[in-house]
Amino acid sequence: MRKIGLLAIFLSLALVFGTAGIAEANEVEIFSWWTAGGEEDALLELIDVFEENYPEYEVINSAVAGGAGAQAKAVMITRMVGGNPPDSFQVHGGAELMYTYVEPELMRPLNDLLEEWGYMDNFNEEILEMSTHDGNIYSIPLNVHRSNVLWYNVDMLEEHGLEAPESFDEMFEVFDALQNEGVTPLALGDMNRWPALHLFETYLAATLGPENYNALWEGEVGFDHPGVTEALELLDRTIDYVNTDHASLDWQGAAELLVEEQAVFTVMGDWAEGYFRSVDWEPNEDYGWTTVPGTEGNFMVITDTFGLPVGAPNPEGAEAWLETVASVEGQDAFNPVKGSIPARLDADRDQYNVYLQSSMDDFSEDALTPSIAHGSAAPEALMSSFEDVINEFITDRDIETTQEQLDQAASEYF
Amino acid sequence: MKYKTKEKLISVGLLSPTIIGLGIFVYGFIWRTIRISTIDWNNITNMLRGIENFVGLDNFRNIFTSTRFITGLWNNIFFLIFFIIGSLTIGITLSVFLNDKPKGHFIFQNIYLFPMAISFVVTGTVWRWIFAPGTEDFPRGINLLLTNIGLENLRWGWFTSTEGIGLFNFALIAVIVAAIWQFSGYTMAMWLAGLRGIPEQLIEAARIDGASKWQIFSKILFPMQKAITLSAVILLAHIALKAFDLVYVMTGSGPRNVTDIPAVFMFETTFRSNRYSDGAAIALVLLVLVGVLIIPYLVHSFREDS
Repeated sequence: MRKIGLLAIFLSLALVFGTAGIAEANEVEIFSWWTAGGEEDALLELIDVFEENYPEYEVINSAVAGGAGAQAKAVMITRMVGGNPPDSFQVHGGAELMYTYVEPELMRPLNDLLEEWGYMDNFNEEILEMSTHDGNIYSIPLNVHRSNVLWYNVDMLEEHGLEAPESFDEMFEVFDALQNEGVTPLALGDMNRWPALHLFETYLAATLGPENYNALWEGEVGFDHPGVTEALELLDRTIDYVNTDHASLDWQGAAELLVEEQAVFTVMGDWAEGYFRSVDWEPNEDYGWTTVPGTEGNFMVITDTFGLPVGAPNPEGAEAWLETVASVEGQDAFNPVKGSIPARLDADRDQYNVYLQSSMDDFSEDALTPSIAHGSAAPEALMSSFEDVINEFITDRDIETTQEQLDQAASEYF
Repeated sequence: MKYKTKEKLISVGLLSPTIIGLGIFVYGFIWRTIRISTIDWNNITNMLRGIENFVGLDNFRNIFTSTRFITGLWNNIFFLIFFIIGSLTIGITLSVFLNDKPKGHFIFQNIYLFPMAISFVVTGTVWRWIFAPGTEDFPRGINLLLTNIGLENLRWGWFTSTEGIGLFNFALIAVIVAAIWQFSGYTMAMWLAGLRGIPEQLIEAARIDGASKWQIFSKILFPMQKAITLSAVILLAHIALKAFDLVYVMTGSGPRNVTDIPAVFMFETTFRSNRYSDGAAIALVLLVLVGVLIIPYLVHSFREDS
């Protein structure tokens, strides 16, 4: 028994020191929070492309599980503080990148690399703008998700002789008609708070328009703007049409209500499409989509990017990784599997499904607006105070107080 | 003399790893938390650059003016009170019954203790399914059960309810039930262990004197088990203050924070908002609360020992 114990200790020590000994310059550590089914498959596809093009390197995939990266971000910051960064890591473009990593000077600019590869003009300019600070590009956008999508159950809508709404007036007419027939019009699952903010921000983009919406996050338009009041009024009206148990569901639970024919619409980012496909729903037959009313021509964007931290142990390897991330080949390997669209505009359309193709069309034409619920528009501290404010609003429905609270929270940052 | 020095050296040597470990990982970190709660680390840049501007009690002012924190604090107090009362009542009742060694008592003893072996994360997930209210037309969990047995009128929103009396939110009931389910068996085990140590003759004598079962319980068993009951209260109280995992998994902080507790708020403030100093301030308030509960107990047992 004692011998086995000693052996176990010896083996675990050998494992610790052994692997440390093997670590050589050709290993590239990639940090992300892609551990769930489709996400992980997509990441592995991308790693395959990388290892094919750069056989001299070997990827260490350090992914930390947890929805939307809440845990991964905490681990990442700890590693940065401890001076132990990975070679490259996943980060949302926009405020999350800027406030958390660029401002404390933890990132290396990548302009020279993009120019060297000749990829500078292949990206959507506005998406690159989200990775840019003072003219320096700090991360390479890999994929793009859209958040202002109104999903619906095609059969149920047809059954009631209704059509997908294009304006708020139409939307509330459709909602009324459904409610009169005893059907829940809109599914919401805000147990984790952000889905309520997600809904609100799409209304904000609708009432303010992309320019004013984007100006909110520059501090040029205040939250006392009448457009904000209007968005709150719309949200207030909407709550009457939402499933009563919204506080006990997450976003996926809300999407499930559509599949189970318990609700007709839901507002969610296009990762919901991944869920619909996973239950064998067919686009345009089972599920349909349109933009949230008033946001046509407006692409609410969440982008995953990869950057190069200062002090990365293998910067050459990280550069090779970033080249793969930036290449058409890499983006086309990753995105069809992930169910997102590429950040480059010259990707191969045929590899993407019907929904993604329509999203690609909009992406190349629409005005981009960053999402606040997903950390692209504002620092995370503001994001969570907004979550709290909107959470209270959903229950108390006090428009005036809520607007004051939003304004006050924002004034700390802009 | 020489032998004594040697012995002293050995005891110091044996104790030092623990003392150093505790010193660094408990008291050192408490001190660090106190320090962080008084500086300006409410954004990541200051933290990463190590800029430490003293701001006095500003962070405490931040949290005590936050409605979410105040709501959470009251929730936690109500949770603590009802959780302790519930676990003690059920636990003690079970242990008294099992102490009479009814048929199959061994099996029941294990069944009641079993929930304690499960983590709060699992309990939380399962009770979330049970208490998920569903909608009027598509009820779920308990509401579905009530519908099926014809008691539609008893359906309500459980942990999504935003109603309450005064500062007590009804939504907490669901969380309290889950926590009691998990820890009444533990209280039972503690009490049972104590009961087994009470000499049979004592009870026998009381019986001969004509004491009823209730009198035996209230006049003999309960007073004799005072120390154990106190230990159980202390244990349950600190579990209530640290019920982060149960709340986080089962209900989240709920609509208008009806099921929020400071531990959840602390986690979100620190690791989602990157407001480290506010988070440290919340952690210290929790530490003081635990201290209020535990220090009198420690003083008490210290006096008894000496």
